[in-house]
Amino acid sequence: MSNGDVVVRVENVGKRYLVGHVSTSRDSHDTLRDAVVRHAKNFGRKALDVARGRQIIEGDAVDDFWALKDVSFEVKRGEVIGIVGSNGAGKSTLLKILSRITEPTIGRITIDGRVASLLEVGTGFHPELSGRENIFLNGAILGMTRAEIRAQFDEIVAFAGIERFLDTPVKRYSSGMQVRLAFAVAAHLKPEILVVDEVLAVGDGEFQKKCLGKMGAVERSGRTVLFVSHNLSALRSLCSQRILVREGQLITAGNISSVLTAYSTKNELSNRVYPADSLVRRVAVYQDTDKIVLELEYSELRGKLTIPGFSFVIHDADGRPILGHNPMLEHRNLDTPWPNEGIVRASVTSPKLLDGVYTVSVFLGDPYSTVFRDLNCLTISISGFVNSIYQLPPEQVGSVYPECRYEFIPLEAKDDVVDIAISES
Amino acid sequence: MQIILEPGRVEENYWRDLWHYRELFQVLAWRDVAVRYKQTIIGVVWALLRPVLTMMIFTVIFARLAKLPSEGSAPYALMVLAGMLPWTFFSSALSDASISLIGSASLIGKVYFPRLIIPTATIVVAFVDLMVGFGVLCVMMIWYQFLPSWKILLLPPFVLLAFLASLGPGLWITALNVKYRDFRYVIPFALQLGLFISPVGFSSSVVPGKWRLFYSLNPIVGVIDGFRWCILDGESHIYWTGLGVGVVVIAFFLWLGIRQFRKMEKTFADLI
Repeated sequence: MSNGDVVVRVENVGKRYLVGHVSTSRDSHDTLRDAVVRHAKNFGRKALDVARGRQIIEGDAVDDFWALKDVSFEVKRGEVIGIVGSNGAGKSTLLKILSRITEPTIGRITIDGRVASLLEVGTGFHPELSGRENIFLNGAILGMTRAEIRAQFDEIVAFAGIERFLDTPVKRYSSGMQVRLAFAVAAHLKPEILVVDEVLAVGDGEFQKKCLGKMGAVERSGRTVLFVSHNLSALRSLCSQRILVREGQLITAGNISSVLTAYSTKNELSNRVYPADSLVRRVAVYQDTDKIVLELEYSELRGKLTIPGFSFVIHDADGRPILGHNPMLEHRNLDTPWPNEGIVRASVTSPKLLDGVYTVSVFLGDPYSTVFRDLNCLTISISGFVNSIYQLPPEQVGSVYPECRYEFIPLEAKDDVVDIAISES
Repeated sequence: MQIILEPGRVEENYWRDLWHYRELFQVLAWRDVAVRYKQTIIGVVWALLRPVLTMMIFTVIFARLAKLPSEGSAPYALMVLAGMLPWTFFSSALSDASISLIGSASLIGKVYFPRLIIPTATIVVAFVDLMVGFGVLCVMMIWYQFLPSWKILLLPPFVLLAFLASLGPGLWITALNVKYRDFRYVIPFALQLGLFISPVGFSSSVVPGKWRLFYSLNPIVGVIDGFRWCILDGESHIYWTGLGVGVVVIAFFLWLGIRQFRKMEKTFADLI
């Protein structure tokens, strides 16, 4: 592709915030004199900051925090880019810079075309105003002209399905209706470059699908979209390219599978640690050579459960459950001795999973109650578990590879059947 | 259209960008006006009640009790109202504008648009109230059978002057408010004092001649004098030197306000 097709060029962009914190020595010797001295110092520093026109930061010490560091990439016209990364990785900061809400501290971004950003649904909605008024208000805030809104007004109302409540104040809407209305307005934006944050996390499943469909239409119309989401299936179905951001730095840019694999395998989510006072300390999932291993570390279970039953469900990247297991159904744990504190390990040898990204939900309980559940808490990327070059991809044959026994039946028996059939006719 | 984002980049097309977003300005201004009159039982009557009651009280205190002279032969109540209108406009515009950015924090953190739109749009509400106030003035003029001359046609420039007088400090304070919230307590206090040091309840002609120029440093003095000159016709004499000083002070605050605002505009989203 020629250079002219690049619509967004990000060069060595970084964003620094100043954060203040109270020094840790606070608890050790906190006398009145210390407190007075510390407050006096703080006040002096604040006064100095005001005099210099700087922002005021609470705490004893001020530190730099780079939310983004040295990020460079290019986006071509018509590409739909997904930005993935765990919480606090700097995705939202990147989107805020791209949508001009905040300035980068260093670096340079060149954008060709009109940008509309959708960092939140219903930005600027006013509860006192009616649905009709809010469509115009929200549309204008998102950068639509009044003529554009008027031209698409009926379509927006129909998309949101709020025809009957058009003149009702939005504060009387259900939260679902508010989200639908907000998204309906946003879905009708017609910018050259659309920047979207995790907005699909809201709304019911059906409406999410409708929105994804609408966004897919955006992609086909040749517009450029930058899209942040944890919804891997949305990213998978919409995006042509992915960018992975971690701790403010660009990790990978590339096509779907490479980035999603990098996201998942190196992701801390494959091993989740819970607070020390929690019944369950840690859950983990990993792929061993010929099995998938799930582990759950627990403490002080005696008296809380009759038998600790560790069950799980594995979902595919689109969130559909593929397989699950519950030992209670077979009473398998009944006579196994179990420690008061320890690890319960489950190994899945069959069916095998085909290459892809999967999420895991885990449960701990006994036949009477479930004491712990965490849905989609782990992510695992499977590769090479089914080791055959002839294996068809999951898109064609499904994600699991069952154990299967084949046998041959002699032909004579079949001939007999045919003979009988002929003689009967 | 190409946008370049760089640290500390001064936007050369700042004002063109502002013009580009004029529809958003209209919509935000309309929202503020619509919200103000929704869910209030008597709606517009509030805009009437405030100047009328203040006018009555000021007339009683300054004309009856303090026995201050009016401008020429104009009825004292009418003179108070002619000063009340620009003052009410100025004070509500300034106080609304100075807290406008904090009030729109969610908007600033989520969408880009020239931030100047927010404080400017809030002033439109004060402008609508001013229009209502003019209605009251008309009724009062009919009551006193006071006929204004052609000079009333010169009122719009003074309305503009009142607008600029409130915009300058408004921008300055609202920008500082984002960083240092202390400033939000400054404005109500300053306005409370301002009502008495500005010639609202009395004519500026009662100020001794040698103090007149110094008195004109208060930017709203020129505006109020101008309003009275337009409305009360020959009964009021304008102090042109003072008006000139007022215009200079207004221009200075406008420059200061815009400069401060533009300097801080880029960091609003990080600080708010």
